[in-house]
Amino acid sequence: MSAASQDTAVSTGRVTRAFLYLVLLLFALFYLLPLYVMGINSVKPLAEITGGNMMALPSTWTLDPWRSAWSTAQIGVEPTGLKPYFLNSILMVVPAVVISTIVGALNGYVLTKWRFRGDTWVFGLMLFSCFIPFQIVLIPMAVVLGKLGLAGSVSGLVLVHVVYGIGFTTLYFRNYYASFPTELVRAAMIDGAGFFRIFWRILLPVSGPIAVVSVIWQFTNIWNDFLFGVSFGGTSQPMTVALNNLVQSSTGVKEYNVHFAGAILAALPTLIVYIVAGRYFVRGLMAGSVKG
Amino acid sequence: MATDADFRTRLQDWLPRLVLAPSFAVTLLFVYGFILFTIVLSFTGSKMLPRFTWVGFENYEKLFALPAWNTAITNIAIFASLYIVICTVIGLMLAIFLDQKIRGEGMLRPIYLYPMALSFIVTGTAWKWFLDPGIGLQNIMRQWGWESFSFTWIKDSDMAIYTIVLAAVWQTSGFVMAMFLAGLRGIDNEILKAAQIDGASNWQLYRRIVIPLLRPAFLSAFVILSHLAIKSYDLVVALTGGGPGRATEMPATFMYSYTFTRNQMGIGASSAVIMLMTIAAIMVPYLYAELKEKKA
Amino acid sequence: MRGIVGRKMTMVAALMATTGMAAAEDVEVLHWWTSGGEAAALNVLKDDLGTKSIGWVDMPVAGGGGEAAMTALRARVTAGNPPTAVQMLGFDILDWAGEGALGDLTDVAAAEGWDAVVPVALQGFSKYDGKWIAAPVNVHSTNWVWINKAALDATGLGEPTTWEELVAILDAMQAAGITPLAHGGQAWQDATVFDAVVLGLGTDFYKAAFIDLDPEALGGAQMAEAFDRLIKLSSYVDENFSGRDWNLASSMVINGEAGMQMMGDWAKGEFVNAGKVPGADFVCIRFPGTQGAVTFNSDQFAMFGVSGEGAVAAQGAMASAIMNPVFQSAFNVVKGSAPARTDVPNDAFDDCGKKAMADLAAANDSGTLFGSMAHGHAAPASVKNATYDVITAAFNGEYADGTAAAAALADAVAAAQ
Repeated sequence: MSAASQDTAVSTGRVTRAFLYLVLLLFALFYLLPLYVMGINSVKPLAEITGGNMMALPSTWTLDPWRSAWSTAQIGVEPTGLKPYFLNSILMVVPAVVISTIVGALNGYVLTKWRFRGDTWVFGLMLFSCFIPFQIVLIPMAVVLGKLGLAGSVSGLVLVHVVYGIGFTTLYFRNYYASFPTELVRAAMIDGAGFFRIFWRILLPVSGPIAVVSVIWQFTNIWNDFLFGVSFGGTSQPMTVALNNLVQSSTGVKEYNVHFAGAILAALPTLIVYIVAGRYFVRGLMAGSVKG
Repeated sequence: MATDADFRTRLQDWLPRLVLAPSFAVTLLFVYGFILFTIVLSFTGSKMLPRFTWVGFENYEKLFALPAWNTAITNIAIFASLYIVICTVIGLMLAIFLDQKIRGEGMLRPIYLYPMALSFIVTGTAWKWFLDPGIGLQNIMRQWGWESFSFTWIKDSDMAIYTIVLAAVWQTSGFVMAMFLAGLRGIDNEILKAAQIDGASNWQLYRRIVIPLLRPAFLSAFVILSHLAIKSYDLVVALTGGGPGRATEMPATFMYSYTFTRNQMGIGASSAVIMLMTIAAIMVPYLYAELKEKKA
Repeated sequence: MRGIVGRKMTMVAALMATTGMAAAEDVEVLHWWTSGGEAAALNVLKDDLGTKSIGWVDMPVAGGGGEAAMTALRARVTAGNPPTAVQMLGFDILDWAGEGALGDLTDVAAAEGWDAVVPVALQGFSKYDGKWIAAPVNVHSTNWVWINKAALDATGLGEPTTWEELVAILDAMQAAGITPLAHGGQAWQDATVFDAVVLGLGTDFYKAAFIDLDPEALGGAQMAEAFDRLIKLSSYVDENFSGRDWNLASSMVINGEAGMQMMGDWAKGEFVNAGKVPGADFVCIRFPGTQGAVTFNSDQFAMFGVSGEGAVAAQGAMASAIMNPVFQSAFNVVKGSAPARTDVPNDAFDDCGKKAMADLAAANDSGTLFGSMAHGHAAPASVKNATYDVITAAFNGEYADGTAAAAALADAVAAAQ
């Protein structure tokens, strides 16, 4: 993928290479295993699951569990399937990702190109927000959302996710912009370009790789969140809460095939994001967040 | 005219700070304000909802007298150290292997990375099945003819914590791999070539030159892994629910259950304070060193 | 099954269309009844309210007997917008009432005479300070044993009525090569079994230990005996029991892999769904030694303080609909539990259901109806969970003997109070 890898200085013998491939493939199997179990059991009739081997291929293939999980499975009082909750998740994730990424980019820009006394402290304090366990903020957050009149709404959820996301996005953009030559920014300033103009014209066009990292990170974290969704989602509950309702139902026959199909459906957006944007992910990491 | 221009320059001066201000204010309230709130709560007799009746250190005394809290601390020590070490070793190994002009790298990389994209609400059931002796690995091996095969860790109080390590490593080691791979790809090949000309073997090359150059990647990995370890909650709930008995209780599950299901919010808050202090003890020196270095 | 429920629904709707109330508000309902049968049962209520033009805003949060739902509720109440009605169990209701968060149903209750028909022990959780705060939907009794009939017959012994007979049957089943006791190692399941064991040592002892939380009873010789019995029972489970869901344990009994399960009446649904007939394929008995006494838990809808005349009226209409005998019958036939009022006709119920209703009425009359510790109807959550810790540890063999476990129980309960 990158030019650097093409002329790696390390040379390896035949036996070593065979060993490398073997190890890499074994790990690939290890990583794929749960997905295989989920996938294969989501296309079996229930009787085959309870009676048989969880690794075995189905003897009767069926797509009914998928249909059921999507549109007819019991989530609440109505058998709606996961379908309506998908939209709730999208309405929450898209604004939250966009806002937190833009704010992170601006913060990173200020912290590297418009430095002021104490900016390191400001950054350090903001960074600590990445490490706060979410369980402890539930109650005070509920108080604040109630005061703001945002409790039980999508806007409230967006706010929560932006607040606890900007630590990460600021970190990514700051480290990335740090390696961008400040001289170019200085030159533009001398030419009379203002704060936003410099950002728009000079920094934003080169921010692609790190924006990908930021978007992937935020998208998966927010999409997969259960705790905030269940506490602050009100009646516009996100996908994870619906999936939990599907999988955790307390009595009755557990339809494992439907559960697995639902689980894959719920994970599909994040999977697609990783597969499509995965190649840019390493590039983005390489460009910024890992280099000190 | 003059005052207008003056205003404009002053605005330009203040603009960066104005742009940063909302984020900073939000952080002060939603992070530090809430931490302060939790600290205050830990000194109160709150049960179901916050109640500000002062009880001094009583919650902390109760907390450390609870056997489950000691289990939680022992577990997080075992879990965090194994998890961080194993993830780092596997991640580094896979990154180095993948950096050897491997055919199919484009296929392998997303396979290694995807577990990070899934929450344990999704994969928990699959893992639970796999680890369950009745339907999982043990059953499969026996069906395939290995009659004496036994794998009952998840049912064993002493071993269950290691199944959590296994699933956690599965989830994040690929991500650590990506961080190391990015680090490796950033190393200037000329340095390696020069060393090779000096007659260094592959092993020496990596041990003496490459790994020291990856220091920033090691640090990032350490920070990300340690905060994931301390926050680990979904994982435990999905795999063991804290069981068998309370053998896999962790600080995060402990805190949650005392605050939200046991109606002993004061004790829950005191355990949260201890967790926060641990996180601070790890993060503050790291942040300090990192940020100081940057300034220089 | 859906067909039956569907017919019931129309029947209920037709019957209830007569009682009209002027209200055009929504009720928002937080609950964890998301599985097919339960949701169908709840739909009866929803449709009934629909006929009175009261909308139903659904807020389902499943998992762990309502643990996640209670977390969501706490966030909602703290934020100042509680739902109209929340499915809730036992002491949680009283705790919320103590926080001043609940509404007042006394007017509806007085008009419909709830005081006369709801069992007294149940009223302890539906009333606070003399005010009605919640509408009970059902009574689950928890001291049942579900036995595979074929496995029981194979032992050549009759239905057990004492602890000794129970042990004899368990031993015989073990000798026959099946797992005698199907059990899932989750704290609440361990505690469900233990409830029955304690009750089997006497109703006075159960009351002293679990309702009054008397330290002498909690740490005394009888409690040591109870733990010894629990430890004895733990020797009859298979090695794979830890973490198993209760319904998987039920299916072990259904397919003959295991001999019996000690579980509340909701297990019946699993047997019936599998096409098994009470009395022919399986037998339901009270835990040996607890005949005549019942430990219960009751799902109730706690009514939160709502503002606005319309909202209060809608809330009252919902409470009234829940307490309607027709709904109580329709719902509980589906759910496997007994109605929360004693004057509901038992025609629609099967053998086990009729027995449950008769037992409940008898226990109510003789004062041997007790809240279940395992299900949060004997003591507040902190105490309940403290007992879980000790019971689960005992079941997993962490104490040398019953005496040590009893001492630990007394300490744990004292620390949690």
